[in-house]
Amino acid sequence: MFEAELMSSIVIKDLRVAIGEKEIIRGLNLEFSQGEVHAVMGPNGSGKSTLAKVMAGHPDYQVTNGDILLDGESILEMEPDERSRRGLFMAFQYPMEIPGVSNANFLRAAIQARLHEGEELDATDFYQRLYEKMDLLEIRREFTARSVNEGFSGGEKKRNEILQLAILEPAFAVLDETDSGLDIDALKVVAKGVNKLRGPDIGILLITHYQRLLNYIIPDYVHVMHEGQIVRSGAKDLALELESKGYDWLKAGGGERKEPVAAS
Amino acid sequence: MSTEPNTIDIDRDIGNFYYNVAAKKDAGVGLTEKTIDYIVEAKQEPEWIREFRHNAYRVFNSKPLPTHWASRELEVIDFDKIRYYLASGDAPKRSWEEVPEDIKRTFERLGIPESERKFLAGVEAQFDSEAVYSNIKKAVSDQGVIFMGSTDALKERPDLFRKWFGKVIPTGDNKFSALNSAVFSGGSFIYVPPGVKVNHPLQAYFRINAENFGQFERTLIIADEGSEVMYMEGCTAPKFTTATLHSAVVELVALPGAKIQYITVQNWSPNVFNLVTKRGLAHEEAEIKWIDCNIGSRLTMKYPGVVLKGRKARGEVISIALAGDGQHQDTGAKMIHAADETTSNIVSKSISVGKGRATYRGLVHVPKHLKHCKNNTECDALLINAHSRTDTYPAITVRGTGNAAQHEASVSQISAEQIFYMQQRGLSEGQAMSLAVNGFVNDLVRQFPMEYSVELKRLIDLEMEGSVG
Repeated sequence: MFEAELMSSIVIKDLRVAIGEKEIIRGLNLEFSQGEVHAVMGPNGSGKSTLAKVMAGHPDYQVTNGDILLDGESILEMEPDERSRRGLFMAFQYPMEIPGVSNANFLRAAIQARLHEGEELDATDFYQRLYEKMDLLEIRREFTARSVNEGFSGGEKKRNEILQLAILEPAFAVLDETDSGLDIDALKVVAKGVNKLRGPDIGILLITHYQRLLNYIIPDYVHVMHEGQIVRSGAKDLALELESKGYDWLKAGGGERKEPVAAS
Repeated sequence: MSTEPNTIDIDRDIGNFYYNVAAKKDAGVGLTEKTIDYIVEAKQEPEWIREFRHNAYRVFNSKPLPTHWASRELEVIDFDKIRYYLASGDAPKRSWEEVPEDIKRTFERLGIPESERKFLAGVEAQFDSEAVYSNIKKAVSDQGVIFMGSTDALKERPDLFRKWFGKVIPTGDNKFSALNSAVFSGGSFIYVPPGVKVNHPLQAYFRINAENFGQFERTLIIADEGSEVMYMEGCTAPKFTTATLHSAVVELVALPGAKIQYITVQNWSPNVFNLVTKRGLAHEEAEIKWIDCNIGSRLTMKYPGVVLKGRKARGEVISIALAGDGQHQDTGAKMIHAADETTSNIVSKSISVGKGRATYRGLVHVPKHLKHCKNNTECDALLINAHSRTDTYPAITVRGTGNAAQHEASVSQISAEQIFYMQQRGLSEGQAMSLAVNGFVNDLVRQFPMEYSVELKRLIDLEMEGSVG
């Protein structure tokens, strides 16, 4: 295997996305690789969550221009489940409830979907792995028997997203406003979990409105999104600058447009 | 020997195959007085049955199709084109080895497993009209339990049979119970002596193999005082292009303190009209529980009921209906309270896929003179697509003081966001739907015996995976 193939990357090129008649992403460029943590910050309505959903293949959004490449291959024609199995994970801002389906069964189904036909998941191995990751995220054992996200608090839902991430071990994870609705204690637990998962085998895109999350998960790169474009990119200090100046600074035209950083 | 693997796996073509079976007795097409005489003679039945059948035939002719409240779809049935009796003419077989090879192949393909015999106390499988394979483990018959085809029972045990036959569901109950009474053939007869608890479920498979052939089995289960029995039936039918009619009558009698559980998981092919009358009679402190899963068929009309005749009797109906595209599941429950302190519970869940339609029809009746009766009714419907349809017609009449009824109904839909969420975790659209549907019925399925919950899950998986384009 060539060395260049060892590191996986996602490249978003000149992306334009509309929902119905309304264009939300207007020529966005972004690139990130395994082993890196990128933060995308931006005010409400800047298109951050749309970016996450488009990457995951949500059917409501139409890509009108550009491409999203995973290791050089376009994923735009792929169904959401194929993207997932190729290694793209998205932690939802609002995780869905699935009544009657236990967390354990849901995770088993998700892992089973990644196995080759005829291959069966070993139940003992599965539970061993599950309990290990649950301990990491300070989740109690009885959680496995509860229905997916049903009756969960905001914090439990977000922790469950990170648990799924930990179990599925994707090459790339997009965390869509994982900090929203969390109190500081829950935020710390979630951040701790993400930090433990960090490493050379995963590329993380943190989408957030607030600098707060970035105090706990220190990104390698920060991108600022405004009106459907990445308008500034820089190192982690950019987040602090944005925090002190506020998003109005961008709206006032202060955020001059820059080319995205070459991530690798 | 057949090369078909002996497995309980249900593949997606289940039921969509048949082998030519040389029928030795055939009443021909259409229904007349002569058809009935032919059946009586072919089966060498006593005169009282002949009279019973002829009377039922007159009742059948006198009753209109119930299209004033039920689906007009019933008008599609052409009673003159149906074959009412067909049998290989051989006596029921006692061991698997004696079963004719071509029939055996069909059963093996269906997955009535030889391996399950170890688990199941007795297997009686019905092929068309007659039981071709009938076997009871020694342990069960040693307890004095009688498990045989109803044709044998009416000849061999007229003392038990005649006492209860047609008493729970009279001939004139409805047009289809009358039809069954006129032409019934096959089905099971079970008698459990006082105090006997049958540890393993008794099981029968019913199957329709001949085109345009209606299957009219008749089952009668009597649990004597303080006894307990569980009966399971599974149904699959091969696929044919013209309408096939299945119209069974099942009567249960639970004498004081007895418990009967009757479990059905059926997977009819989409051209079958499945019009079944099922009712139990619960005496003092007796308990009757129907677990009924309806998958497939063109139209199913089935409302298992319990007549709570004795003080403190309990009745329960747990049902799951899955209406696939173009199918109509018209199901529900009837609870007739006829004594003080009787309780009934109805939990019904339906799933409508594509243009599938699920209808819940419930009847709960508590008359004024009774005291301390309770009913609980829950019906939940799940719609898979915008074109799916569900209707609920609960009729709850509770009079008198100190009687309580509670009714809850809900309709939910699997949202596109839920499917997207599951797909994002790697499940295909079909797998996601299937998981959501299985989740919806999960609390009911947990009450099923293990092998039936596995089978039901597989049937739902197949149905849901087939439903996405």
